[in-house]
Amino acid sequence: VSGLVDPAVAERVLARALANGGRFAEVFAERRRGQSMTIDEQRIESVQSGAEEGAGVRVVEGGTTYFAHVDGLEPADLERAADEAAAALRSERREPRPLQARETTPLPIERRPEDVPAERKAELLRELDERARGKGREIAQFTGSYAEARREVTVANSDGLFTGDDRTRTRIGAQAVARREGTVETGAETLGAHRGFELLEDDPGGIAAQAAGKALTLLDAVPAPSGSMPVVVGGGFGGVLFHEMTGHGLEADHIQKGASVYTGKLGEPVAEPLLNAFDDGRLPGEWGSDAIDDEGQPTQKTQVIEDGRLTSYLYDHLTAERDDVASTGNGRRESFRHLPIPRMTNTYIAPGEATPEEMIAEVERGFYAVSFGGGQVDPATGDFVFGVSEGYLIEGGKVTRPCRGATLIGNCLEALAAIDAVGDDFFMKTGICGKGGQKVPVGTGQGHVRVRAMTVGGTER
Amino acid sequence: VTELSAVARRAVEAATGAGAGDAEAYASREGGRQVRVHGGEVESLTAATQSGVGVRAWSGNRVGYAYGTDLSEAGVAANAARAAEAAAVADEDTYAAPPQPAEFEALPGLSDPSIAEWETGRVAELALTVERTALESDPRLVGVEVAVYADSDEQVAIASSTGVAGEYEASSCYAYLQALAEGEGARETGLGFGLARGPRGLDPEAIGAEGAERALSMIGAQKPQSRSCPVVLDETVAASFAGLIGGGLSAKAVQRGRSPFADRLEAEVASDAFVLHDDGRDPQGPASAPFDAEGVPRRRTALIEGGRLGSFLYDTYSANREGRSSTGSAARQGYRSLPSVSASNLMVAPGSLSLEQLLAQAGDGVLVTDVAGLHSGVNPVTGVFSVGASGRIIRDGALAEPVREFTIAGELVAMLSAVSAAGAEARWVPFGGSVCTPPLLVAEMAISGS
Repeated sequence: VSGLVDPAVAERVLARALANGGRFAEVFAERRRGQSMTIDEQRIESVQSGAEEGAGVRVVEGGTTYFAHVDGLEPADLERAADEAAAALRSERREPRPLQARETTPLPIERRPEDVPAERKAELLRELDERARGKGREIAQFTGSYAEARREVTVANSDGLFTGDDRTRTRIGAQAVARREGTVETGAETLGAHRGFELLEDDPGGIAAQAAGKALTLLDAVPAPSGSMPVVVGGGFGGVLFHEMTGHGLEADHIQKGASVYTGKLGEPVAEPLLNAFDDGRLPGEWGSDAIDDEGQPTQKTQVIEDGRLTSYLYDHLTAERDDVASTGNGRRESFRHLPIPRMTNTYIAPGEATPEEMIAEVERGFYAVSFGGGQVDPATGDFVFGVSEGYLIEGGKVTRPCRGATLIGNCLEALAAIDAVGDDFFMKTGICGKGGQKVPVGTGQGHVRVRAMTVGGTER
Repeated sequence: VTELSAVARRAVEAATGAGAGDAEAYASREGGRQVRVHGGEVESLTAATQSGVGVRAWSGNRVGYAYGTDLSEAGVAANAARAAEAAAVADEDTYAAPPQPAEFEALPGLSDPSIAEWETGRVAELALTVERTALESDPRLVGVEVAVYADSDEQVAIASSTGVAGEYEASSCYAYLQALAEGEGARETGLGFGLARGPRGLDPEAIGAEGAERALSMIGAQKPQSRSCPVVLDETVAASFAGLIGGGLSAKAVQRGRSPFADRLEAEVASDAFVLHDDGRDPQGPASAPFDAEGVPRRRTALIEGGRLGSFLYDTYSANREGRSSTGSAARQGYRSLPSVSASNLMVAPGSLSLEQLLAQAGDGVLVTDVAGLHSGVNPVTGVFSVGASGRIIRDGALAEPVREFTIAGELVAMLSAVSAAGAEARWVPFGGSVCTPPLLVAEMAISGS
C-alpha cells in the first residue's frame, strides 16, 4: 500500500527537506480518483470524473511549520516541494532516520466502485428517483447524487516512518421537494461508508423514500415554537450535536491556544455520570474510519468522556509533542494540499439505557429534533447553533405536530451538562465536517438523547 | 499563445478526437502562499502551486466532464477521453449546447504586482502586525486564536471547439484574525478582516483593531428577551444574507422550482431601500474577470431595483432553456468543477445614512454583528430561515449592552420588503460569496432569546 513513492526517493526528498535544518520533516503523497453524477428533473446529469495526484512536504523547526505542495508525483515534483518548504529555514542541515516500512491493512473493499459500469450507477439514481416519486403525487422535485472517491496515500517522515493507506468511500444522497398549493417543503437523506459498491446492494432506494417522507410530513408542519424547553434529540445524525458541542472543543489545537471552553477541564465532570463518549477511527466500514491517519499514525478508539468526566483530548503529531503525550491518530487533512490538524473521525455518545418512548413520555411540553441539517460552534466561547431538518412538538408526553424552521441554540458546557437521558437505540450517520477551510468525512452517532433545557428559535409569532 | 492556452487547445482537440461532438477546456495555474501566526511567532508558512484542466464534452445533447492535474500530452489526452466517456452516460438534454464565442473587453489591473514584490518575510510581518495590534489594544484582549495572511495569483485559459478562446490573470489576498477577549467570567471572539488584490492594499492595524473591538464589545453578553423589533444587520451579516438572495436568483434554482423567487420576475420583492446588482467587472471585485467560467463576457446585471425583481442570473444552459442570452454568470470552483450558475460580485447599493443615523432610526432594537448556522438554518427553496446570532442592543437610538445566544428568524422575501434603509458606507465582505454591502436596517424581525 506504499506504492506511490519509492522509499529511496522518499529518503532523498526528506534529506532535501532538512537541508536547512528542522527537527521533523514529512512527505505526504496522494493519488485521488473519483466519479460522481446526479439525477435532477429525472435526467442523469453532471457526470464527471477526476484524477489528481500530488504531494505535500512539511518541515518543522521550533514552533513553525514550513509547508509546500505540488501537483505530480515524479521525483522532480517531490524535490521541488522539499526545496520550497526548506527555502525559508536558516539552520544546520539535519539527517533523517533511515526509513522502515510499516505495513498497514486498509479497510476491505468488496466491490471496487471503479469496476462497476457507470450505467449501473445511473440506473441506481433512476431507482432513487422512482422510489421518491412513488411516495405520492405531492413530490414535485427529486435530486439524487452518487459519488465514489479513492485516495491512495503514502506517508514518510524523518523519524523513519514509511507507510500508506488505500481508502475508498461511496456515498449517495437524496433530496425531495414536496409541494401542496402554496406550501413547499424539503427532505434530505444520505447513505455513505468507507466501503465500495457493496454498500449499495441492499435497498439503496430506502433513503429516497425517507427523504420524500420527510418532505411530505413537513407539508403539515406548523411554525416552530420559540423559547427554552426540554429537547429530545434523535439517534444517528443527532450525534452532530455532540460533535459540535463537545468534539470540536476537544481538538488539541483549540485547547493549546486557550480557544476552547474545555481547556483545563481534563479529569473534571462535564456531564451527568450516565454519559460516555468516544472518538473511534477504527469502526469497520464507517464513513470516518481509516487504517491510519494522514500522518501515518494508526487510528484508534479514544474515550473522551467516561461516566461524565472528561478523559482525553484529540491529538495530531504536533499537538501531542507539545503536551508530551502520544498522538491519538487524529491528524487528518483534506488532501495533499492541506496541513494535517487535529480532527474527529467517528464521534459518538455510547448507548445508554433509556428508550426513546420513555424519554418523550416524561416531557410535558418540549421539542423533538429528529435530525439536523447541520450545525456550527465557536469552540472558544462554546456558543453553538443547529438547524433542525425534521422536528416535532412534544405535548403531554406525546409527539404531536411537525414543525418547520426550528433552530437549536445554546452553550456547550451548559447543554452537555443538561443531558439527562441517553437512549439504547444507537446508530451512526455520515457527515462532512469543515474546520480551518478543510473538509473531511466524519461519522456521528448516538441513540436518542434528552437535554433538560435548550433554546429553540422558531418563527412562531 | 501562452503555454496554458496551448494546454486548453490540446485538451479540446483530444476530446473531439476521442469522439466528442464539441468540447471546451478550462485550464488554470495558481501560485499562492499562506502565513499563520500565533503568539508573536509564525506558526506555519505554506507555499502552494497547482494547475489542472477540466474538460466538458458534448455528444449530441449529452454532456460529460473530467478533470485532472496531469498536463502532460498523455495526461491531457486520457482526461479528455474520460470526459467523452462521461457524456455517454448522461441523459439527452435539448438545451445542453456549447457556448458560442463572443467579444469581451479586456479588464486590466486584476493582478497586483505587490504580491510578487513582497517577500515572504514581509507578508509574515504583516500578519504579525495584525496580531500585535489586537494584543496591544486592551488588557482584556487575552489572545489571538490565529492571524492569517494569504495570497494567490491565478492564470486562467479557456478554449472550445466552437471558437471560444481567452485568458486572464488575477490576484487576490486577504488577512484576518480571530481575537479572544475575556471578562465577566467568559471568553468572547471577534473577527477582523481585509481583502485586496495585493498586500499593499491591506491595512494590518485596522484589521487587528477591528478583531479586538469586536471581541471586546461582546464582553458581558447576555441572552436578550424574545421579541419582534427593528434590526440593523452589519456589513458582514448583510453580506451573508445577500449571498443567500444571490443563490435564489440563479436561473437554475428558479427553473427547477427551488427558489423563493420562482414566478416572481417583475414582481415587487423588496422595499425601495434594497437595491441589488451583480457586477462581474467591478475593478475592486474579488470575482471580477473579463469572462465567466465558460468564456461568456462578464457584465453588470440589475437584479433588484425600485423594489422589483429585474432579472435572474443565467449561464448558457439556463439561458437556452428560456431562449435568451447568458448574463455571464457561469462560475466554477477551479478546474475541478463543472460550471454552474452563480453570482459574481453582488453589490448592494449604499443609501444615505451613517451607522449612527441607522441606529437612531431603529430606535429600540438589535444590531446583529454575527450569524451562525447559515448552511443548516436556511431553507434555500422556501427562504424560511432561523439562524444563531450575536450583537448589541440598540436603546434610544444608540448602542447598548452586548447580546448573544439568540436566533433571528423570518423569510427572505419578507425580510427584503422590510428593509427600510441602507447605510452610506459599503464594504467588501468575503461571506456569501463576494459581496459589497452597507449595513441594512430591517424594520421588524423575530428574535428568540430567553
